[in-house]
Amino acid sequence: MRLPLLATLALTTLPAFAQPDPADWPAVLAEADGQTVYWHAWGGSTTTNDFIAWIGEQAAEKGVTLEHVKLADTADAVGLVLSEKAAGKDTGGAVDLIWINGANFASMKEQDLLFGPFAEDLPNWQFVDVEGKTVTTDFTVPTEGYESPWAMAQVVFIHDGERLPNPPPSALELLEWATAHPGRFTFPQPPDFLGTTFLKQMLIDLVADPAVLQDPVGDDYDEVTATLWAFMDALTPVLWRQGRAYPQTGPRQLQLMNDGEVDIAISFSPGEATAAIANFELPDTARTYVFDKGTLGNASFVAIPFNANAAAGAMVVADIILSPEAQLRAQTPDILGYGTVLAMDKLSAEDRAAFDALDLGVATLSPAELGQALPEPHPSWAERLSADWVARYGVAD
Amino acid sequence: MVSPTKVLRPLPLLTAGVLAGPVLLGLFGTLLPAFGLGPLGPGLRLSAFAAVRDWPGLVDAMAVSVTSGVLSTIGALAIASLILAGWHGTAAFRWLERLLSPLLAVPHAAAALGLAFLVAPSGWLMRLPALALGWDVPPDLLIVQDRHGLTLTAGLIAKELPFLLLMMLAALGQVDQARRMAVARSLGAGRVAAWFKAVFPGVYAQVRLPVLVVLVYGMTNVDVATILGPNTPPSLSVQVTRWMLDPDLGQRSVAAAAAMVQGGLVLMVLAGWVGGERVTACLGRRWIWSGLSLPEGPARGLGLILATVSAIAVLAGIAALALWSVAAGWRFPDLAPDALTLRSWSRFGPEMTMVAACTMEIAALSTLIAVLLAIGCLEAEHRFGLSVGQRALWLLYLPLLIPQVAFLPGLLLIPATIGNGYEMPMVIFGHVIFVLPYVFLSLSGPFRAWDGRFARVGAGLGASPDRVLWSLRMPMLLAPVLTAAAVGMAVSVGQYLPTLLLGGGRVSTLATEAVALAAGGDRRAIGVWGLGQTAAAFGPFVLALAIPALVFRNRRGLRHG
Repeated sequence: MRLPLLATLALTTLPAFAQPDPADWPAVLAEADGQTVYWHAWGGSTTTNDFIAWIGEQAAEKGVTLEHVKLADTADAVGLVLSEKAAGKDTGGAVDLIWINGANFASMKEQDLLFGPFAEDLPNWQFVDVEGKTVTTDFTVPTEGYESPWAMAQVVFIHDGERLPNPPPSALELLEWATAHPGRFTFPQPPDFLGTTFLKQMLIDLVADPAVLQDPVGDDYDEVTATLWAFMDALTPVLWRQGRAYPQTGPRQLQLMNDGEVDIAISFSPGEATAAIANFELPDTARTYVFDKGTLGNASFVAIPFNANAAAGAMVVADIILSPEAQLRAQTPDILGYGTVLAMDKLSAEDRAAFDALDLGVATLSPAELGQALPEPHPSWAERLSADWVARYGVAD
Repeated sequence: MVSPTKVLRPLPLLTAGVLAGPVLLGLFGTLLPAFGLGPLGPGLRLSAFAAVRDWPGLVDAMAVSVTSGVLSTIGALAIASLILAGWHGTAAFRWLERLLSPLLAVPHAAAALGLAFLVAPSGWLMRLPALALGWDVPPDLLIVQDRHGLTLTAGLIAKELPFLLLMMLAALGQVDQARRMAVARSLGAGRVAAWFKAVFPGVYAQVRLPVLVVLVYGMTNVDVATILGPNTPPSLSVQVTRWMLDPDLGQRSVAAAAAMVQGGLVLMVLAGWVGGERVTACLGRRWIWSGLSLPEGPARGLGLILATVSAIAVLAGIAALALWSVAAGWRFPDLAPDALTLRSWSRFGPEMTMVAACTMEIAALSTLIAVLLAIGCLEAEHRFGLSVGQRALWLLYLPLLIPQVAFLPGLLLIPATIGNGYEMPMVIFGHVIFVLPYVFLSLSGPFRAWDGRFARVGAGLGASPDRVLWSLRMPMLLAPVLTAAAVGMAVSVGQYLPTLLLGGGRVSTLATEAVALAAGGDRRAIGVWGLGQTAAAFGPFVLALAIPALVFRNRRGLRHG
């Protein structure tokens, strides 16, 4: 009796090994029902954690259990998928969904570690602002449906509106101000993504022709970055702690602002300051501003590993994230304050009105004030700049 | 039914396997990628080691690892010795012991975060002069994360002092302190000098391995060094972790190679320490015969001050975390928040409680396994004379002496191979590796000290060895067994890297959540989770004290050990 039973078991479990077809959405929904999705996402921001918990409640209505695996670093999840691939584990992987972008995405895509393409088959994809927002390229790398956008981000600088009413609106003026006020500015330590973003933002502000940054790093790297390193050489000695120590992450940098240790902080989320004020993490006099020549912007995505155990459930979660309801919640300032990836003119009148009615909050700039986001450089720039920074300032006196 | 004897005989061997197997397997799994071998490796090559050698921060990173490890061990050992020498048996000592003992249960990350807030230029201490002198911005001083790792060293001393002090206290019972002191004092030595001359050598011989554990932890910890240690460059183990987490997957072999370098460095320092022991012993012997005294008063004063400061620093740090967890706005230079709110608790409390339940489940199961193995080994030793010699003791300490970053990455291939659904057993098994040594050490003293005449009387009355064990020995040893279990649970609650790696990220415990949040820096959330972790580690100790008191309230004679 035993053998036939085993055979039946094997047969009934076999179909689960084949990955679902994103184009057949009813089948995806049916398969997702009852699945548990492990979403590996950075867990350092308590507001984001709360939002992911809310997404979990929506997913539960569709029979999907969402578990947020809180990472200290997105690369943890990439490493997990990689070690599974190394061990020959091509199905039933530990990671179902990853919050990802930039170099991590480029790395996973290049090594065929991703499931898909699926993003453009999601029902809510119809609302996505494909024309106006950079949702189909990720740091210049085409997404090709291997990741689905969930939030727009743009660099803003946070300052105390009372202590510093007229903050410096360009790299050179920032240097001038920092020199006059030594010890009052710092940025998260590269290779932290926000610290690397600071380097890219300074480079794009200083370089004569930003268009070169759209191509992979070439032979003219030294030439292109010479002004940046001259700038950094001048800035580093007047940084907080004379550049001998740095905050490790963005939220730590906000803590320094709240403690009165620094006057300006970089953020990759236009609504972060407003949310932080609501959570007592910043004084209510905190405000944000952007550089005159504009600031970098990009999208955050979710991707599904090639060996995900619950790819169908993961797609359902990705679709929920794209729903107008979830996007509205994400953009609500004291919840998350992330920019939506949806196009207003594709939404129903009712949804559009709800977005229009959002009060963005005291410390959040309007879309007009934010201006057109500058495109992210190719990922090779981020890697090179952060490695170079570490070699120049991160390890020696 | 299998006879208990048959189960008992191979148990010590099994225990040895549980301890040494994963360590050796993990080391092997780390060695492969370091040399370019393994599933993803390009074939045998040494390029990863070359990359480590060419990393410009290598010398500084190694220096910080060595100095913070060695200085914190010497510091904690010196303070613990001074306190025992100058104050053991006094009211001040009992007071200090009561202050220090609970600190043993405070998780390293929580203690470090509390300390960081205390001593930072915008922290609690500096706010006193700031308020008095009317500063509106804090001074730009590099205190936390200083280049030489001095704050890290101080933090490690504060955290390791309770551990060493309690280990030494336990050892005092075995060295006949009273008579040794009496002889030395009668020869005219002062209290402190007499203790160092007559008692310290005996105590040190007993706590030598725990001291080495402290040394290795000081050199290789990741959680405390990330929070209090320098970052330009960081200590070597922090850098190994960073390489391991680098998005450029090619860095993983560099991480493995650096982990090997770290392992080598630890071995060298251990060898140096053993050499230092010899030199100290040699010099010490001369000093003992020289009859030279010590500045008694200053030595006693220094010991009391240093120990009190270090206890108060950790406690004040925890108090600060508690205050942050209920704080509304709180800015520099205010000593207290603008208002109190339960918002952080309602935001993070429910999830924290759920994770706490899972943490306790892992702690209880891993401790249960460890306690059973330990009792089995000790009983086997007692019945068959399978004695655990000095060499076996080294085996027991193996998981604590080999840096976690050197063998845990290699173990990562196991969960990836056997598949999903085994995360909890893997984590529990992983915890057993680290819990068992502490449980064994905590239990072995009282177990062996139990008066064998009870067993002979029991046997004479016709009781089988099993009945003697369960009806006589265990009830009489209830208090030490529970204490060992509490120690084990506290160790389990504090495990970060094993939980993270063996759980494949799917098993959340208070430790993994607290360190993930530490990366974020939200002090309110850290306050809630840090307090939760402290309570989880502390609760079992309270039970371990309360249960025997209750059970033995009419049977004082049964209390043993």
